[in-house]
Amino acid sequence: MSVTESPRGVMVKTQSPFLDWWDKNKGKWTKWSLITLVVAYVAFLIVTPIVALALGAFEQGIGKVFSSLNHPDVFLAFWNTIWISLVVVTIHAIFGTLVAWVFVRHRFPGRNLINGLVDMPFAVSPVVAGYMLLLLFGRNGMLAPVIDALGIQVAFAMPGMVLATLFVTMPFMIRELVPVLEAFDTRQEKAAATLGANGWQTFWRVTFPALRWGMIYGITLTFARALGEFGAVLVIGGGVQGRTETATLFIYRALDERQYIGAYSAALVLGLFSLILVLGSDWLRNRKR
Amino acid sequence: MNLQVTTTQTNTKRTLSIPWGQLGIRSAALVYLALLLLVPLLIILQDGLREGLAEFWRQITLPAAWSALKLTLWTSTLMTVINIIMGTLTAFVLVRYEFPGKNILNGIIDLPLAIPTLVTGVMLVILFGPQEALGAWLKDKFDFSVMFAPPGIILALLFLTFPFVVRSVQPVLMDLDLSQERAASTLGAGGWTIFRRIILPPLTLPVITGGLLSFARAIGEFGSIVIVAGNIPFRSQTAAVYVFGEVESENRLGASAVSIVMVAIAYGLLMFAEYLRNRRSKGSKKEST
Repeated sequence: MSVTESPRGVMVKTQSPFLDWWDKNKGKWTKWSLITLVVAYVAFLIVTPIVALALGAFEQGIGKVFSSLNHPDVFLAFWNTIWISLVVVTIHAIFGTLVAWVFVRHRFPGRNLINGLVDMPFAVSPVVAGYMLLLLFGRNGMLAPVIDALGIQVAFAMPGMVLATLFVTMPFMIRELVPVLEAFDTRQEKAAATLGANGWQTFWRVTFPALRWGMIYGITLTFARALGEFGAVLVIGGGVQGRTETATLFIYRALDERQYIGAYSAALVLGLFSLILVLGSDWLRNRKR
Repeated sequence: MNLQVTTTQTNTKRTLSIPWGQLGIRSAALVYLALLLLVPLLIILQDGLREGLAEFWRQITLPAAWSALKLTLWTSTLMTVINIIMGTLTAFVLVRYEFPGKNILNGIIDLPLAIPTLVTGVMLVILFGPQEALGAWLKDKFDFSVMFAPPGIILALLFLTFPFVVRSVQPVLMDLDLSQERAASTLGAGGWTIFRRIILPPLTLPVITGGLLSFARAIGEFGSIVIVAGNIPFRSQTAAVYVFGEVESENRLGASAVSIVMVAIAYGLLMFAEYLRNRRSKGSKKEST
C-alpha cells in the first residue's frame, strides 16, 4: 500500500490562477479559516488522544507507573511480544524479499495473482485471521491429526501466535521492496556479471546494497505492526495469563480487571516503542537522502 | 519496456549457469504465499459453506449477526464520508498554503499508522470513559455517550484511517499541472469553472481510492473497537466483535459465515481500489508519451 511511503512534500510557491482568484475573491479569511479547521480537526482527532494517554498513565505520579509495570506478568507479556515480533521479522525479511524478487524479476503464468493475494491480509480482520488458523490447528481443526501425531501444539501456544502475526504482517516487506526492485537498474548487475561475478556475488555486492533501505523500512513497519497485533493473537493464543499473554493482551486484561494505571502505562510503553521505531527509521531514511 | 528486455536476458543467463536456482526460488516464494495466505482463505470458505448456501444465509441473517453487520457497514460509511471531506481538505491545506507549523502537521498525519490499534482504544477510553472527566461531563450535560456506542466506533475508525485519504490525494494535488489552469484562465474561464473542470476531475479518483481503502480497513477493525464499544449485541457489537464472540462460544458456522461476508466486502473493495489506481497510472503514462 503506497499510503505509508507517500511524499511528505514541501510545496513550492504556486502561481495557480485558481488560487489567485481564490485569494482575490475569498481572501485571507478563507485561507486562515481552512487552516484553523484542519489544525483543530487533527488536534482533536489525533493529538488529544495521544496526550490523554500520557496524562492518564502519569495521573498518580511516575512512581505508580513503574510499580505497575514492575510485575512478572508484564515482563513476560512484553518478552512474548518481542520474541514473536523478532521471529516474524526474520521470516519475512527472508521470504518477503524472495517473493518481491520473484514478483519483479520473473515472468510466469499467474504472476498477477500474487499482486492481488499479497494485499489480502489488509482486508482480513485480525479476528478472522486468528480464526482461520484455529480452523486449521484447533481442537477439531483440519490439521489436528497431523499436529497431534507430530506432538507439537500450535493453537494456544507460541507457534500459532507467530503464524497469526506472520499472516497479518505479510504485505509490508513485499510492498516496500517491490518498488525499489522495480526502480533498480539491472545494468549494474550485468556489468558485475561481465566482470566475472557469479550469481551470489552479484546479489550480495550489487543488488543487496541497493535494497538495503527498502528492507530496513519494511522490517520496521513489520516490527511495529507485529508489536501491536491484538485480535489475531487473542483468538489463536487465547491470552492465557503467564503463558500466551502478549503486551496487547495484557493491556486488554488489565483494563478488564480495572487495573487502569497498569493498562495505561503498558499502552504508553507499547505505543512509544512503535512510534520511536517508525519515526526513527523515517528520520534515518530522510537523513541518508 | 527496455528494462524488461534486459531483465529477461540476465535471467536466461542465470538459468544457464544455475539451472535449478530460478525455479527453486520461484517455487519457494509461491509455496510460502500459498501456505500462509491461500490455505487459510480456502479453509474459511469451505467451513462457512459446508452446510450449503441456505444455512450460510440463515447464519448471517440471525438477528444479532445481521445487526452487527449493519452497524459495521453504517459506521464505516459515515466514517468514510467524514474522512473523505476532512482528508481532502487537509491535503488541500497542506499543498496549497504556507503557514507556521505546516511540517509538524504533515508529520502528525502518519502517526496513526505507527500506533497499535489497541492503544488507540485505550486513548479513547481515557478521554471518554464514563469514569473520566470528559466522558462523565458529556454524559451529564448532554446525555451523550461516546463509549459503548456508535460515536466511539466512528471516532476510533476516523483515527485509524485518517492517513489514507490525505496521503492518496496529496501527491495528486502536488502534481496538478498548473499550465492547464493557466490555459483555462487565459481562455477566460472563471475561478469556479477552473475548479470544476480542471482541478476536480483528477482528484476524484484518488479521493475515491482513499475512501475505499479507509472503508476496507474499517470493516475488520477489532482492537480499538472492542475496547471503545465493548460487546453489547444490537447496540455496539460490530461484525468483528461478533465473530470473536461466536468463536469463543464455539459456534463455528456463524463465525465462518460472518467472516466470509466481511472478507468478501473488504477484499472486493480493496481490489476495486487497486484496479482504479492501475487505470489511473496507465492513463497518465499514455498522456505523457
